[in-house]
Order: sequence, then C-alpha cells, then structure tokens
Amino acid sequence: MSISTSPALRLRGLQKTYANGVQALKGIDLEVNRGEFFGLLGPNGAGKSTTIGIVTSLINRSGGSIEVFGINTDEDLEGAKRLIGVVPQEININQFEPPLQIVAQQAGYYGIPWREARERAGECLRWMGLWDKRDTMSRSLSGGMKRRLMIARALVHGPRLLILDEPTAGVDIEIRRATWSLLKEINEAGTTIILTTHYLEEAEALCKKIAIIDDGRIVKDTDTRSLLRQLVTETFVLDPMQPLERAPALPDFVTRLREDGSFEVEIEKGVGLNKLFHALDNAHIQVSSMRNKTNRLEELFLGLVEESKGRAASAPQPNEVTS
Amino acid sequence: MTNPEATEDRNPTARNPMQTLRSVSDEQRSRLSEAWVGFATTVRREVHRVVRIWPQTLLPPVISTCLYFIIFGPVLGDRIGQMQGVTYLQYVTPGLIMMAVLTNSYQNVVSSFFGAKFQHHIEEVLVSPMSSQSILLGYAVGGVFRGLVIGAVVGLVALLFADLPIVHPTLTIAVAVLTSVAFAFGGFINAMVARNFDDITIVPTFVLTPLTMLGGVFYSVNLLAEPWQTLSYANPILYMVNAFRYGILGRSDMPIALAFGVLTLFIVGFYTAALWMLRRGIGIRS
Repeated sequence: MSISTSPALRLRGLQKTYANGVQALKGIDLEVNRGEFFGLLGPNGAGKSTTIGIVTSLINRSGGSIEVFGINTDEDLEGAKRLIGVVPQEININQFEPPLQIVAQQAGYYGIPWREARERAGECLRWMGLWDKRDTMSRSLSGGMKRRLMIARALVHGPRLLILDEPTAGVDIEIRRATWSLLKEINEAGTTIILTTHYLEEAEALCKKIAIIDDGRIVKDTDTRSLLRQLVTETFVLDPMQPLERAPALPDFVTRLREDGSFEVEIEKGVGLNKLFHALDNAHIQVSSMRNKTNRLEELFLGLVEESKGRAASAPQPNEVTS
Repeated sequence: MTNPEATEDRNPTARNPMQTLRSVSDEQRSRLSEAWVGFATTVRREVHRVVRIWPQTLLPPVISTCLYFIIFGPVLGDRIGQMQGVTYLQYVTPGLIMMAVLTNSYQNVVSSFFGAKFQHHIEEVLVSPMSSQSILLGYAVGGVFRGLVIGAVVGLVALLFADLPIVHPTLTIAVAVLTSVAFAFGGFINAMVARNFDDITIVPTFVLTPLTMLGGVFYSVNLLAEPWQTLSYANPILYMVNAFRYGILGRSDMPIALAFGVLTLFIVGFYTAALWMLRRGIGIRS
C-alpha cells in the first residue's frame, strides 16, 4: 500500500509480555485513519500506555507489527519516528533547562539545524503562550505550563501523528478545556491524533473514533457515534420541586427513588423525552431540573468492560481439560 | 474566579504551528545530515550542561588536585626526594592530571545520562529518529569535553608548582583524548545499567578510585615487590598513566605501544558494549 493512502497507524497482532511474566498485550489489531481524532480508552492496567509505549519505541514489543503511514517500523524505524510526536502522561522535561532550549533541542534530535530549530521552537512556544517563559528554568513553571511545554516539544518537528497519553490527567477543568480546544485546532490542521484518557467525557467531546482496550485486548473499535447508538437505555436524574417519599409510578418507565428525594428514570433508546414529560404531568410531578446520571459513554464503557471480564472468566483456563 | 493558568495560556495572535511548520518528514535532508545534527545537538546540550553547572563540574576537581600539588610539592615532595630522575611532584603530576581526566569523563556521562533516565527526559531522545551511535557519541563527547577541560586547567595549575617539559606534546594530547574517550564510554555503560543513585557511585568508589590509586599515579610500578608488580600489569589505568607520563616527562614503566594497544582495546570494547546495550534498550526500555 502506498504511503499516501495507508492509514496513519496500523497495529497487527501487537503483543507484550514483561520480564515478570505479565502479558500486557495479547494481540492488538488497530487501524487509525489519517486525519482522525482517535481515542484509546480502557481501565487502569488495560494496556493503553503499553500500546503507546511500543508505538513510540519506548517499550520493546514481544510480537506483532507496526506501520506508521505505511512505514513498517521493522524496516525503517527512523522514518516512522519522524512522523510521530508524543506527549507522555508523566512530566518528562529536563527541569534544569528553559523551554526554548528544550523545544529547540527536540527539533535538533529530529535533524533540524540549530537556527531553524530555534525559530520553530519560538513559533511553538508563542502559540502555547510560553514565549515569555522561554528562558525560565522549567522547574519553576506551573503544572499546566509544563504540560503545554510538552505539547510544544511534540509539535516542533511537525508530526503527522500526535500521540497523547492522558494529557489532561490531574489538571483542573479550565486547563482541560483549554487543552481540548488546542487539540481540536491541531487536528483541524490535518494532524492525526491518538489520545488515551480516563475521562470519557473527553473522549466523547474530542474523538471521532474510539477503541476500548481491556486486559490487553481491543474489545471495541468503532466510531463514537455508533458506539453511543449502542446504548439501550439512558438514566436521568430528576429533581422534583418537593422531595418525594417514594418512587413515582410512571407508565412505561422504570423509576427509582434516591436518598435526597430526587428520582431516577430509565429511558429506553428510541423513546422520546416528551413521553416522559407527559407522564410526569399526568402524575402531577413538578420537576425543577434534570441531568444524565452518568456520562453516556461511561455507561457504555462500563458495560463493555464488564462484558469483557465476563468473557475472560468463562473462557477455559489453559490448564483445564476442555475435551 | 478563573484559573490564571487557563486564561493566560494561549496566544490568540500566534499562528497554529501545525499549519505553518513543515513536517520534518517532508524535508529533503539526508539521513547522514540528520544524524550529524542530532549528534551536534546532543554535544551542545552536554557542553552547555557542564558550563552551566561549573561549580559542580569544573571547580571541585581543580581544587582537590591543587591540594595534591600542595601536599606532594612543598609539604612532602622534598622529603620523598627524586623518582626516575625527576622531583616527586614532577613525577606525580602527569598521574594527577590523568586521574582528573578519566574520573571526570566517566562521571560526566554517568551523571548526565542517569539524570536523564531518572527524570525520564531521556525519552526525548529515544522517541526521536536519532541513531544509537549519535546518542552514544554525543554523550561521550560531552564527557570528553569535561575531562579535557579539567585536565587542561589542572595542567595549567600544575605549572605553578612544577616544571613540566612536555617532551612529546602530540602523544600527550592523544593519550589524554583516548583515555577520556574510553572512560566516557565506560561511564555510559554504568549509567545504562544503574537503577538508582547508589549504582552510579559504586563503580567510581569501589573500582575506579582503587584502580587509579594503584595505577602508578604516586609510584613507579618497578618499586613493587612480587606478586604486586605482576598484578599491577592487569590494571589498565597503569598503562594510561605511564603513557601520559611518557608524553610529559619522557619516562615510563612500560612500552608505549602496549599502552596504546590497551587504550584501543578498552575504547573498542566499551564502545561495542555500550552500543549493543543502547540498541537493546537495556535499562531504558522495558
């Protein structure tokens, strides 16, 4: 397949067994199309960071193959690395160097001559609002600034594929929203983005495609919209004007009373909210506010992970007699 | 109240670099040229580090070596008398310079590479297309730079205390450079396998210092009784110190060709081992 039509990333049978015998990846197959904003979700220890680590060559793989824009990493690892920018989960900047030096050096590692490297670094730092801090020791930057610095560093060589491992972990909501807007702009400029995150709200807001990984396997790989369509029911929490003492009986709806006098209503897919409002009117219940019980993707995610664990538990163990 | 970090963050007038920056993958540079730039960037960073923290990197070895000059010159030197036809201070000075060169070349690479591992910013280099050779040589040149700068400063200070004729200047420089290179590669290996700060002090404390002290810096190996004299020939530092002394004073306990052979062996051995470990990702990739 030619480079111009090949996907941004293709993983085939990716496996990783650590020295302590832990099998972190059990044959990952994944394809990320160019220009996509792709989310890789999964619970802790599912294999997200291991996958990212292998793609960025920070972790040695035990099996499988990786292609970046059609370049097989076994054949041309350096060529594949040129196309990737990576923002790790942990802060990994040299605390004793200033931002301009850090970003310009990164450009240098990609073979960009020093003068041009400094110009590129300046451009990235200006865009990130770090130009005024260019000569400040990085250790004195705030947490949010350090994260922006890591993004600037990942962008300086103009990667076609940007990989971010939980870029908003541990930052407050305002910085998280600012990072989202930044990532959207980067993606709109044509850069493919792969994001791992714990925040399902983040994945729903940003990612057009999502893969869910659990126990070293991909349990779902589809576009976000189709994934959300798989929701069979959605649960809403309704706050009545007067706290209720028991769950209201609403025809065609399952309801549950909550401790604070509010109640939950399960609405099946395809049932309009008007029907609920009509039932509430008939029951003479005045509602002051209404909200989703959980993020929609979260409900789906938990269901898929539970399903995956159920399958793993019922699967025959290697030492069992299966005849 | 809004978070100042979130509001003062982005520059609304700056252009999105992803719209303006040409991708490095579209550039028409040769791989060789890229490798050179990567290497030069690493060297620049390492040299900058040595200079930036000069009170830690340059000053202490110069002070401690000066103390040796004071002790073995005016304080003890006259009582010890001559050795191989020169004053004792003249005799020990080449060894002291060499000691400063090799320990600093070693320690610079150990501390810089292990520091990068410890803070995880070694990942900056590992995710880039830089070759293992460029990474290794870049760090090694940083170590050589520090070793030679300190060697030069110590040598200049030594001239205040002792007359150093420098009989074979080219050979003197060659031995200093080669020794520095060998120990820079050695330091790289130590840093790769080190898992904590103890691991980067074990080799300098329990291997390097004893070998240096017993490597003919302070005495001629010919003064030793058997079996210590024969055992001393297994110490590689003995060859380096004697070759350097030969360059400065024209005196050596062993053939110079053999010393160059030992140096070459160590450089090739350490370089090959360090490169193999780096390619395998030992200590840096799980």
